[in-house]
Amino acid sequence: MEAGISQAPPRRTQLSAKTVGRFKPVLFLLGLAPFLRWFWLGANDGLTANPVEFLTRSSGTWTLVCLLVTLAITPLRRLTGQPALVRLRRMCGLFAFFYGAMHFMAWVWWDRGFDPAAMLRDIGERPFITVGFAAFVLMTALAATSTQWAMRRLGKRWQSLHRAVYAIGLLAILHYWWHKAGKNDFEAPLIYAAVLALLLGWRVVERWRRRA
Amino acid sequence: MLIRKPDDILSSEITPEAVWRSRRELMLRAGLVAAAAGLPGWAARSAFAQDAGALPGKPNPAFSVMDKQTPLSDITSYNNFYEFGLDKSDPAANAGKLQTRPWTVSVEGEVGKPRTFSIEELLKLAPMEERVYRLRCVEGWSMVIPWMGYSLAELLKQVEPTGNAKYVEFVTVVQRENMRGVRSGVLDWPYVEGLRIDEAMNPLSMLVFGVYGKLLPGQNGAPVRLAVPWKYGFKSAKSLVKIRLVEKPPVSSWMKAAPQEYGFYANVNPNVPHPRWSQATERRIGEDGLFSPKRKTLMFNGYGEQVASLYQGMDLKANY
Repeated sequence: MEAGISQAPPRRTQLSAKTVGRFKPVLFLLGLAPFLRWFWLGANDGLTANPVEFLTRSSGTWTLVCLLVTLAITPLRRLTGQPALVRLRRMCGLFAFFYGAMHFMAWVWWDRGFDPAAMLRDIGERPFITVGFAAFVLMTALAATSTQWAMRRLGKRWQSLHRAVYAIGLLAILHYWWHKAGKNDFEAPLIYAAVLALLLGWRVVERWRRRA
Repeated sequence: MLIRKPDDILSSEITPEAVWRSRRELMLRAGLVAAAAGLPGWAARSAFAQDAGALPGKPNPAFSVMDKQTPLSDITSYNNFYEFGLDKSDPAANAGKLQTRPWTVSVEGEVGKPRTFSIEELLKLAPMEERVYRLRCVEGWSMVIPWMGYSLAELLKQVEPTGNAKYVEFVTVVQRENMRGVRSGVLDWPYVEGLRIDEAMNPLSMLVFGVYGKLLPGQNGAPVRLAVPWKYGFKSAKSLVKIRLVEKPPVSSWMKAAPQEYGFYANVNPNVPHPRWSQATERRIGEDGLFSPKRKTLMFNGYGEQVASLYQGMDLKANY
């Protein structure tokens, strides 16, 4: 997929991989901002009356945001004619994993109290936990194979494996949707679902166009 | 069981009124100083911003737990009151619009003397007491709240329930212009709750007008609400306008919205999980920090001594 997309005609000056690489430190700080905000809020009595709930939900929200940003890179490269933007994609994905790991740990620690039996029971009994856990397992696999070395090692299989990000997106939305179902409160999940639909829909249309 | 009987509490253990009053004043002053200093945390909290009128009451140690009390700022900033929005912070932000005067509560149905009470009458109907109750939310968190009010039975006695009055239905207010949440379809409005008559007549069932020695703020269910401490918090309906004594069990708003998740009784029970989460443990708001494990939830929220007899012979797994 990557190679095919770079065939877009150079309508304007194309940024070089090196130039795009210079944005990495900025992106890194940007990605870290939600994490640093938690500490700022903690020091300023801003984590609400239920900090555990706040941090659990906030980490979940930022996982989803980072995931959608990661999925937006490819359409963005295509629409702007800047294929070098791919150089930012891994960091976005790793931030999604970072916040996902925080979200997972919030559950392990605050919700389940590090009790493996309680965790297994929860995964088996609560469908929204089941899908959330599945998404996290897949994310871990993608994060573990995100190095240059793994890319070389896996060759063609790397791309097939990393297409799992689409499934992760769908599972994450389902997880959020079911979480909110208790209050019939679908406003926020609907917005995230619409963005995901747009990003995945664009890919379907692109593929279909290229075939035609 | 942490509730003490009046006879095993030494009078020397009870803080004299003058002392706790001056403590509260000191705390209030400290709060105002902090607010004036512009500390962001204080500015964000509504506890001192919405200074409702004073509502003194005599502490009732027989109906008070000894647990550490939840700070007022948490009690007034972390609420479920869907008529004002679904987020926990929505009620504090939006309940200022609630019109609480004039206010009446009509008590009707299977009674000898149906009557509409004004809020002024209700405030004087029985001596105001301060009772420190545990509140366990069905979502898995809890608070310890000094409520001001008196037993619901005091009001029910006034209307002389007939032999057909087997249940009590509580209907809460809908003010369409002032409650933005009622536009959402989460629940059927008005919010309705119910108790069996013997539950309602149990002296623990409380009609509440204030918290921490002050009139209730809107987000906590002004001007009058229930506190039924051995049941999940949603049973303690807020901003009551109608109380109907009826023969058939009322269908509560939550039973209608999710019958597979919420039953009529909703007694706090660590052994009966919610279909989507366990009820075995809870987190105490304002006390349990990020590093403390969840605490064990007590059967009937720790009020078994007073209420377990109401459910003798009943299968509480079936009657959840």
